[in-house]
Amino acid sequence: MSNNNVETFYDDYVIRKFTVMAVVWGVVGMLVGVLIAAQLAFPALNFDLAWFSFGRLRPLHTNAVIFAFGGSALFATSYYVVQRTSQVRLAFPLLARYTFWGYQAVILAAAISLPLGYTQGKEYAELEWPIDLLLLVVWVMYAFVFFGTIANRKIKHIYVANWFYGAFIIVVALLHIVNSAAIPSEWFRSYSAYSGVQDAMIQWWYGHNAVGFFLTAAFLGMMYYFVPKQAQRPVYSYRLSIVHFWGLIFTYMWAGSHHLHYTALPDWTQSVGMVLSLILLAPSWGGMINGMMTMSGAWHKLRDDPILRFMIVSLSFYGMSTFEGPMMAIKTVNALSHYTDWTVGHVHSGALGWVGFISMGSLYFLTPRLWGLKQMYSTKAIELHFWLATIGVVLYITAMWISGVTAGLMWRAINEDGTLTYTFVESVKAMHPFYVIRMIGGLMYVSGMIIMLWNVIKTVQMGQATPAKIPAVVAHA
Amino acid sequence: MDITDLRSIATVAALVTFVGIWVWAWSGRHKKDFDEAARLPLEGDEE
Repeated sequence: MSNNNVETFYDDYVIRKFTVMAVVWGVVGMLVGVLIAAQLAFPALNFDLAWFSFGRLRPLHTNAVIFAFGGSALFATSYYVVQRTSQVRLAFPLLARYTFWGYQAVILAAAISLPLGYTQGKEYAELEWPIDLLLLVVWVMYAFVFFGTIANRKIKHIYVANWFYGAFIIVVALLHIVNSAAIPSEWFRSYSAYSGVQDAMIQWWYGHNAVGFFLTAAFLGMMYYFVPKQAQRPVYSYRLSIVHFWGLIFTYMWAGSHHLHYTALPDWTQSVGMVLSLILLAPSWGGMINGMMTMSGAWHKLRDDPILRFMIVSLSFYGMSTFEGPMMAIKTVNALSHYTDWTVGHVHSGALGWVGFISMGSLYFLTPRLWGLKQMYSTKAIELHFWLATIGVVLYITAMWISGVTAGLMWRAINEDGTLTYTFVESVKAMHPFYVIRMIGGLMYVSGMIIMLWNVIKTVQMGQATPAKIPAVVAHA
Repeated sequence: MDITDLRSIATVAALVTFVGIWVWAWSGRHKKDFDEAARLPLEGDEE
């Protein structure tokens, strides 16, 4: 691309890189997930190796799927969406390239340091302080690129997807800085800046808002662009999307304490978390209905468009898990569900069903367009991926529901004389078959992802990285 | 006025702001702008 026409083309260079890496990290992260699922079902698979044991690999799995797979998909789509809806090239193209290499460096550092046992011990915030600092630098560059592009926009209105992406970038920076605050004692060892129950509350303020702003708001940005795009219809209700956005912003922040029911956290703080979690149902379902109704009049497209099917199933899981979440935040329900596999099932209903499916759908949309093609190398393979993933998720979450409720009921069962009816190991025995089913579900899900990787490689080989033109006639919204 | 009053004021202000946004979005005055905005994804590239 020569310099004189640079302003007439979008800058998709770094988007191509993030797109491919999202799929690669998806395969890696989900494979580790299946491995640790197998270790839970068959503990001999830990092989008595410290670095290969469940405790070390579990944070590797969560970091890889959330931050490496999900994060790369978000970088790719946010850079794509902000350019298309602002009708302008990416600001600070060099910084955008640095965000790619910097972010991949963070992922590699995580992949090495976590199995070695270096951890701050906070869920989803395990990375030690030097990696935290690197991530902070990358994130500030990301903010410059994203908001710089918005500042340069040729369209007066900032499309709703950008609001969601923007909130994600700002809030993740806030969460990361506050929760990762620590006093380093040496390289790769540090102590939290907080102590006791405050430390726990800050951790779950972080943890739940990582769900709210990383795994929800950001992927809603994806939804609000790629669902209308794939369905070729504008979003059902734009004003509902505005209320959806502000509803989530005003409520998510205060729901985190539902992770600490029946702990040393003050009771009123637990209740506030419960009530605000229940309120969250309203904006979540408003948004889910908004995405679903975008399909009205185009439902027939689902018959032969597996990409659209990925998106609609993802919205169904968004609806399901945002119903299940508030229910589980009710203290009396939580008394049964907490510390059981029900929680694990809930997280995966959101992560595999909602986040995974919307990302896959969006990446299937993106890949051919980034390489100058009309569609993926194989639509049949997308179809196969869709069914493997769908059956995989359903197996996974039903297994975890049954396992979780069974364990929860066994733990609370009490004999007439007040002694426990079951020993702990009896509940473990009852959970075992469902651990095997979960492993099979996960295996199906990752098989679909491997097919996707093959399909993406084939598509990239078949196509050619072609610069996309910015429309000459600027819309005046 | 102590910190609890400030917290109460902030909470009520947040609620009022949210309801205000809702009323603003539903007032109908912006229907044309919103309809145009909703079409932005469909107009951002040459296909």
